[in-house]
Amino acid sequence: MDKHISSQFDAELASVSSRVLELGGLVETQIRHAVFSLSQFNVEVADQVIATEDQVNAMEVEIDRDLSSIIARRQPTARDLRLLIAISKITANLERAGDESEKIARMVKSIISSGSARALPSSELRIASDLASGLLRKALDAFARLDVTEAVSILKEDDLIDAEFDGFVRKLVTYMMEDPRTISASLDLLFVAKAIERIGDHSKNIAEFIIYVVKGADVRHIALADVESAVQ
Amino acid sequence: MPNTNNTNLKNAIEIRNLNFYYGTFKGLSDVNLNIAENKVTAFIGPSGCGKSTLLRTLNRMYSLYPGQRAEGEIKLYGEDILSKSQDLNLLRAQVGMVFQKPTPFPMSIYDNIAFGVRLYENLSRSDMDDRVEWALTKAAIFNEVKDKLGQSGLSLSGGQQQRLCIARSVAVKPKVILLDEPTSALDPISTAKVEELVSELKADYTVAIVTHNMQQAARVSDFTAYMYLGELIEFGETDQIFMKPARQETEDYITGRFG
Repeated sequence: MDKHISSQFDAELASVSSRVLELGGLVETQIRHAVFSLSQFNVEVADQVIATEDQVNAMEVEIDRDLSSIIARRQPTARDLRLLIAISKITANLERAGDESEKIARMVKSIISSGSARALPSSELRIASDLASGLLRKALDAFARLDVTEAVSILKEDDLIDAEFDGFVRKLVTYMMEDPRTISASLDLLFVAKAIERIGDHSKNIAEFIIYVVKGADVRHIALADVESAVQ
Repeated sequence: MPNTNNTNLKNAIEIRNLNFYYGTFKGLSDVNLNIAENKVTAFIGPSGCGKSTLLRTLNRMYSLYPGQRAEGEIKLYGEDILSKSQDLNLLRAQVGMVFQKPTPFPMSIYDNIAFGVRLYENLSRSDMDDRVEWALTKAAIFNEVKDKLGQSGLSLSGGQQQRLCIARSVAVKPKVILLDEPTSALDPISTAKVEELVSELKADYTVAIVTHNMQQAARVSDFTAYMYLGELIEFGETDQIFMKPARQETEDYITGRFG
């Protein structure tokens, strides 16, 4: 973006944008660790994810404070205003994605303590979780570059995660029917799968706000085909 | 270029192919614009962009200066005010103007209002009293001055003087009020009062305002025109101009990227 007459304003926008990317990086790590704790049945890593959640929350609060300060002092307009509104929403979505990884970590601990962990198809969540964390990374990259083309492709990919989720639920149902003793742990695993699916949704939301910043078009709640014509 | 309001609003003023010259220097270049009735239209742009020049064509204030001339068409409710037959005194009663610095006459508050009215109307003493009170009330200053109408207009504070000037232009019941940076010499509280007044005035009048303060344009106007180097760059609803301007030049200016 072209520079403002006030280089201090540029510095403030750059600073808050890089804080968002920092928060995004932290949330990405949280997701990766949560999924690792599941595949390795590792309680320590799960505990670490739960402990780090405080840091994610604190960063969200700090970013919101910086945003309020910029809005109060600079009275941003047009693209600057859209960027700050988008950052506020993106930050909220990242924090929620962080909540989901904490949820996964808690479920992993519950599954491990139930003792039936290895009887369940937890490794099959690998594809969905890789898709979800990859999508979040793409969303953050697209935000860093304000890349609309990438943002649109993220909207498409979220559908893949949703399809994985549906397939996994069907599989879990067969496990529960075969061996009712796995029902409790299966339900925990269902919540894990749901959390992964939600992380995909948050990445999609982030992508929508990138389009808002660059194009000024609000593409929430509209069909993909219409999104593509809106960004032309 | 989107240069007309696309709504079904009635236009008070229609400007077509307007060029303006200061001697040989071209101050306005092919401006086309509609000013909607009972709305506030703001003109923004850097110094020298022609926004005040444009405002001054709307009541032919420039006619006071030899060598300045306008070409094209400015229609006030269908009548071309640029035509030679236009009565300038009548025009200025229909299109009032308030300047950057308050310009009260060196006479009483009462006479500041009555002076202009006497030029156009022959009112009885009691009718004139009513008109003065009405104008001062319209300009949201009556309560502050009602006990000192005989005092000099110059005894008022800057903000009060400016509202007195607005009352003076309102008193002759114009159709359009032109405000040329009406608050740039005022403190924030007086500014807020004048802005509040602008929103009230549009119920009865069409308002055109030139301002260097973009936030002021955003706060008070319904339509905003961005001008640069004598050209109208973009014109649209104020919400659209400040949220999602169509032209890069407009965006650069309102976000403070103008180099």
